[in-house]
Amino acid sequence: MSVRNARRNAWNVVGVAIFVVMIFPVFWMVSTAFKSDDQINALTPTWFPLHPTLEHFRAALAKPYFWDDVKNSVIVVLVTVTIAMVLAFLAAVALSKYRFTGRKLFIVLVIGVQMLPGAGLIIPLYVVLARYHEVNTLTGVILVYLTGVLPFSVWTLRGFILGIPKDLEEAAMVDGSTRLGAFARILLPLVAPGLVATSVFAFITSWNEYVWLSYFLGTSRQTDWGALMAASTLTAIPVVVFFLLIQRRIAFGLTAGAVRG
Amino acid sequence: MASAAETTPKWSRRRRFTWRHVGQGAVPYALVAPVVVVMGAILGYPLYSLVRIALDRYGLTELIQHKGVYIGLKNFDSVLHDSVFWHTLLRTIVFAATNVGLTMVIGTFLALLLVRISTWVRVLLTSGLVLVWSMPPVVAVQVWNWMINSENGVLNYILTELHFGNYFQHNWMQTPLSQLGMVTTLIVWGALPFVVITIYAALSQVPRELVEAAEIDGARSWRVFLDVTVPVITPVLLILTSLSILWDFGVFTQAYLLIGQPHIISANYLMGIYLFEQGYVNANFGVGAAISILMLVIVAAMSVVYVRRMLRIGDVT
Repeated sequence: MSVRNARRNAWNVVGVAIFVVMIFPVFWMVSTAFKSDDQINALTPTWFPLHPTLEHFRAALAKPYFWDDVKNSVIVVLVTVTIAMVLAFLAAVALSKYRFTGRKLFIVLVIGVQMLPGAGLIIPLYVVLARYHEVNTLTGVILVYLTGVLPFSVWTLRGFILGIPKDLEEAAMVDGSTRLGAFARILLPLVAPGLVATSVFAFITSWNEYVWLSYFLGTSRQTDWGALMAASTLTAIPVVVFFLLIQRRIAFGLTAGAVRG
Repeated sequence: MASAAETTPKWSRRRRFTWRHVGQGAVPYALVAPVVVVMGAILGYPLYSLVRIALDRYGLTELIQHKGVYIGLKNFDSVLHDSVFWHTLLRTIVFAATNVGLTMVIGTFLALLLVRISTWVRVLLTSGLVLVWSMPPVVAVQVWNWMINSENGVLNYILTELHFGNYFQHNWMQTPLSQLGMVTTLIVWGALPFVVITIYAALSQVPRELVEAAEIDGARSWRVFLDVTVPVITPVLLILTSLSILWDFGVFTQAYLLIGQPHIISANYLMGIYLFEQGYVNANFGVGAAISILMLVIVAAMSVVYVRRMLRIGDVT
């Protein structure tokens, strides 16, 4: 027993060490955001800012266009996620509950799109959007994100729908409802948590993309590390909060098919 | 498969030809149609125009006129005769292999570690992993830039303090190798949480009785691992590996932003960057489109295994 305990303690030490290494960049970002410029520029790092300052956050928030950016991202993300969820849910129902000719083709399409390297489509998307003068417009951005979000939404929702016990749905059908009726009354409420989880995940994906884009469009290389870390912290906060809320469900949704397969 | 075979005939046997049933047969198509239409519109047309542009001379002039000049396969010809393309392809393959190897080996190790540690450490470690998972890549790039900067980066400080050598004002961005090495640390760090948590989920499916029975039979622990654990998690490992290959082959954001546009040279190109520089920065969209198509073909070839696997999973059960 004691040998076993000793071994477990040794693994625990390894576990804590790995935790420290993995978490360090996140810690360093947040801690830097609260430091004064003197501490940031010093040769010897300050680990914990004992006198935290909010000046970098103030500077980040006072930047011109900050609130415009926030407004635009929220619009883009909300529209994208809403459209994606409606379309993906319908397709996921078809995939998980029906066999039909062309089903395999559809799966290949969904998975194929998911795997296309984003860089590979930059050029045609740019050229096409330029033709319709949609480059840098919100519609253009929404269209582009939709392609990024749809495939995995379909796949993940499919996992959630499969997770619903078949008996429930069959019971509804015995009661004389049609298949569609059974979906609406039984399936929809049961799959609601999955729907929420998937849409939050879609939100995170498109939010991350949007951040990428805005950084990308304004590529001036700053070395005001304090402001940069404060801005980074602010950017990460909504993602982290949402992610923590849904993480368990999404891990299930993503792996349900794989593990059971 | 077996259960699907049992349930579907029940449906078809009852089916008589009425318009109502025809309508029901159309239901799945109606459900799938919106996604197909949207993806077709957003992707189908660009893919079509990708091929068109690849066969055209298409620069800034043509972009303004919205019309390219047909030049046949000349773009492909020039790419395939460009030694930079072949060097970049080789570099990207080595880069992706390194990243995938590190991610999968460390990821499997961490997942196995999660099984062996006390609950409080497990909760601590998984929360940390989830936090890392949720970091937007662009934010992570900025944090990396700040940690490895040569003036007073915390990485140099820690390495020097731990007596790994004198890293005072060491420039991690000096050679293409060290630049890509830093990109690797960033990517592996960011990829680990998903991999670890997924493998851990698979590990929890390993029947405990089986492991215990094997142990009682006197099997050594690595034999138990090979014979009982590995077969259970193999499908998940396969999927994760193929996904990682696809992601790491197409890496763009992290590499481009971490190395930084001014420092991007042909000696540190990855495929995604090569494509971007040739097509977008040099405004040679025709050549860029040709490179995209070559990349898509390579990725498609690599993903056959993954797609077949997903098709099996995708069968109605």
